[in-house]
Amino acid sequence: MSLDAFKNRNIGSQNYVPVNIESYPTTGWDKFKQVVKRGIGKELFVGLWVVLREMLKFKIHTVQYPSEVLPIGPRYRAVHKLLRLLESGNERCIGCGLCEKICVADCIRMDTRVDENSRKEVVEYSINLGRCIFCGYCAEVCPELAIVHGSRYENVSEQRAHFVIKDDMLTPIDFLKQQKEFPGFGALSPNADQLVKKTPLAY
Amino acid sequence: MELEVFIIQTLVKILVVLLIFSALAGFTTYLERKVLAFMQRRLGPMTVGPWGLLQVLADGIKLFTKEDIVPTNSIKPIFKIAPVILPATAFIAIAGVPLFPEFQAFGMTIQPIIVDSNIGVLYVLGIMAIGMFSPLLAGLSSGNKWSLLGGARTAIQLLSFEVVTGLSILAPVILIGSLNLIDINNYQIENGWLILTQPIAFVLFLIAGYAETNRTPFDLLEHESEIVSGYATEYSGMRWGLFFIGEYVNMFIVSFLTVLIFLGGFGEGTLIDGLCYLGKVLFFIFLFLWTRAAWPHIRPDQLMWLTWKVLMPLAVINVVITGLVVMF
Repeated sequence: MSLDAFKNRNIGSQNYVPVNIESYPTTGWDKFKQVVKRGIGKELFVGLWVVLREMLKFKIHTVQYPSEVLPIGPRYRAVHKLLRLLESGNERCIGCGLCEKICVADCIRMDTRVDENSRKEVVEYSINLGRCIFCGYCAEVCPELAIVHGSRYENVSEQRAHFVIKDDMLTPIDFLKQQKEFPGFGALSPNADQLVKKTPLAY
Repeated sequence: MELEVFIIQTLVKILVVLLIFSALAGFTTYLERKVLAFMQRRLGPMTVGPWGLLQVLADGIKLFTKEDIVPTNSIKPIFKIAPVILPATAFIAIAGVPLFPEFQAFGMTIQPIIVDSNIGVLYVLGIMAIGMFSPLLAGLSSGNKWSLLGGARTAIQLLSFEVVTGLSILAPVILIGSLNLIDINNYQIENGWLILTQPIAFVLFLIAGYAETNRTPFDLLEHESEIVSGYATEYSGMRWGLFFIGEYVNMFIVSFLTVLIFLGGFGEGTLIDGLCYLGKVLFFIFLFLWTRAAWPHIRPDQLMWLTWKVLMPLAVINVVITGLVVMF
């Protein structure tokens, strides 16, 4: 369908199909005929048949939520995850502070220091999930793929303070083997290698 | 039969019927939720027990432990006694219904009917009709406008449909010449099911039965989209539960009566006949749930119109024609 059909606002000139509403019965006999038509005629029994058919087909749409969940898209932006380097187990975060800077809800806070190896170390990192709007800018801006959006969307706690804990987001060191490169929001695109260009050192 | 045996037998029967039907009322709510769910492509209760079978138990615990609230502006004695009337009349009425053909057990013949009176139909329908005082009194005493409207609707609905029930049952009674339910059953062994000779009476009785048990499409009394919960708005906990038990027992009575009077009942009375009898009753219970899933409610004025201007004349014509046929 072309756009013209939508742009035509001359009401009355389009091919509208008017709904055929029968006039209301006025006399008692007409009312009686209407009842007979609707009752003994098909309307009542079609209704019965439709629900029975659905019952016999038994095509149930219920998702029994706590025990089964619907799949969510890989680009879904749920609670953040902080990833580790697969080889060394060190945190990927280099403490650049870009996520803190770009955060529109101002909910990321980090503290860094320079450690004995002259590397920048993150001593404190917190995302206030109660305030986070899950826009995904932090994952997008992260140069190290350290912060990504995971798929954990069930956030329940007894205290608000629980919504900022870094350890919940960071991959535990024991589970490093199970950490997967994140395909979702903020991750590299599959053809990222082809997009890499040589740094023009010639000039 | 000796008097002591008779008394003990009757007491045991009463106990068994009371226990079975209280439990059945709960189980039917489970069945209703399941059937409605399946018809709407849902699963219904699934969490408590296998396929949610223990949901009845959970509901029972909930009903019994809920706070019992009696509103300040209600008329308290009537408010408290109203929910007892409906299950009481329902259980008294079921005393006159043969629930199974007679069978041999413990060395004697047991008739699974508590009162085998010669006015069976009249007794059952009459006692059931007294049950209308329950929603009526509940609605009037609650001190709530929704309840009041529900109570008013009770009066118009049940008064209207009581007429149709009586008249529709009259034609089969003319044919049979007896009000005893077992006589009605035995008549159909020789003469075939009454639904074949009295189809109009069957349809009328079924419609009236739906109205008397307040089931869709005639559940104006507790029409949640219009009057919140009708006469039961102010009730909570087990007081509300009593209304519920009464309604479901009434559903069973109407199903039993329909099968007995129009669909051959338990016929010769063998075991297979008895099981067929219960199967037919279950079908009518299912029909109650089925129509609830499929049909919308009707308006009170439509209900009055239907009763007084369509169903009652039809019933009268049916009675007159049956009478003429029997006479000549």
